[in-house]
Amino acid sequence: MIQTIDLYKSFGDLQVLKGINEHVAPREVISIIGPSGGGKSTFLRCLNMLETPDSGQIIFEGVDITNEKVDIDLHRQKMGMVFQHFNVFPHLSVLENVTLAPTVVKKISKIEANEQAMELLNRVGLADKANESATSLSGGQKQRLAIVRALAMEPDVMLFDEPTSALDPEMVGEVLDVIKGLVKDGMTSVIVTHEMGFAKEVSDRVVFMDGGIVAEEGTPDEIFNNPQNPRTKDFLSKVLY
Amino acid sequence: MFSLATILENIKTLIENYWQVFIFEGVKYTLILSAIAVFFGSIFGVVIALGRMSNWKPLRFLNKKKAKKGIVHAISEFNPISFLCSAYTEILRDTPLLLQLYLFVIILPTIIKVADFSMFTWTSIALALNSAAYVSELIRSGIQAVDKGQTEAARSLGMNKIQTMIRVVLPQAVKNILPAIGSEFVTIIKETSMASTFFIGDLMTSYLKVKGATYLALEALIIVAIIYFILTFFLSKVILAYERRLNSK
Repeated sequence: MIQTIDLYKSFGDLQVLKGINEHVAPREVISIIGPSGGGKSTFLRCLNMLETPDSGQIIFEGVDITNEKVDIDLHRQKMGMVFQHFNVFPHLSVLENVTLAPTVVKKISKIEANEQAMELLNRVGLADKANESATSLSGGQKQRLAIVRALAMEPDVMLFDEPTSALDPEMVGEVLDVIKGLVKDGMTSVIVTHEMGFAKEVSDRVVFMDGGIVAEEGTPDEIFNNPQNPRTKDFLSKVLY
Repeated sequence: MFSLATILENIKTLIENYWQVFIFEGVKYTLILSAIAVFFGSIFGVVIALGRMSNWKPLRFLNKKKAKKGIVHAISEFNPISFLCSAYTEILRDTPLLLQLYLFVIILPTIIKVADFSMFTWTSIALALNSAAYVSELIRSGIQAVDKGQTEAARSLGMNKIQTMIRVVLPQAVKNILPAIGSEFVTIIKETSMASTFFIGDLMTSYLKVKGATYLALEALIIVAIIYFILTFFLSKVILAYERRLNSK
């Protein structure tokens, strides 16, 4: 579904991605783990071209979206993204946060959009907050809203950029539960995360990134129980206790 | 000779005899001029601000090797719209308003023959163009103060640049911009006094008129000062109250 070929990216003199070749299959759930500054977030943000790679290709559903002639907005509709800092729209109500993109981009009617949005909000337990301002929500509620906002565009793949890193500990569970539900329903997902237990539980494949390259990848069992690369071992020994 | 009692007495007489000049000419034209300047200045200011933030690089094709440094990179990154808009802002902010007024009221009418453009119109144009330079900076900083994550979230949903700007960024930027434009209005009220150089009827002109008719310079000046103070002081308070209401939302 998504394939990256030899992806390179640098910010100034700092080379962040040094040739990433990855493939995401339909209905596959991939967790990306690794130390900070290892290029995880940059790689994820390249997948929907929020960062433009310096070289390399990203083939999404058969189209090379790094090509400047491609209408990237069209392809982004098929890729939902959830951010570390939620980025809910503070000037809109909870319901409007969800309906904005479908009405503006897909031009579906307001009634239809509201109906769909209420259904989605209901699924994550936010239906009773629909008419409140998005700013009145707690962190966990904001992140659930952000997930629903992305789902309203009916994407083929979801990209999660450290979805629980900015949350208070007691709110991490409610967000992870929503993601688990999605994954169970067969949503193709790429998840950058520091929640090792979660990565172990939901992933089909775990990718360990360090120093701008994929240092090791494999099934959760291979990575967590029997890592081969010394850097993976070192990293896991620091985060698993 | 300069006793306080005489001055107060003279002020009273001036107000009784000339209040219509102060209010129906001075205050009226000062407010009209300021309103025109801020209104058209804001509209033009939006255009300039968007121009400065535009991302049009027509020479990008020159940089085939995607160099990140050097002369080729610099040329390929050149954005003529942004350049012109920054040049406009810088030139108008870095030359005196009085000079600009001379250009528009004295010089330009002799070059551009527009028969029915009065001095008042030319003054309005000059003030509006000057105000646009300042307002464009207010708008630009207001827009750039909106969290980048908002743009990223909107773009990741498939919204294009214009949809993102109109539906997500601007509604949030307005909160930063409107109070600042209010303050610009206060500044403009004071700056219109320069238009009295051309005797076009603003509050400062009414001072010149009354002084010329009565030779009571100090008294007339005190009256005008008090009127300016009332106008700007209360306008500032109104803006402050409005700003608080915006923030409490």
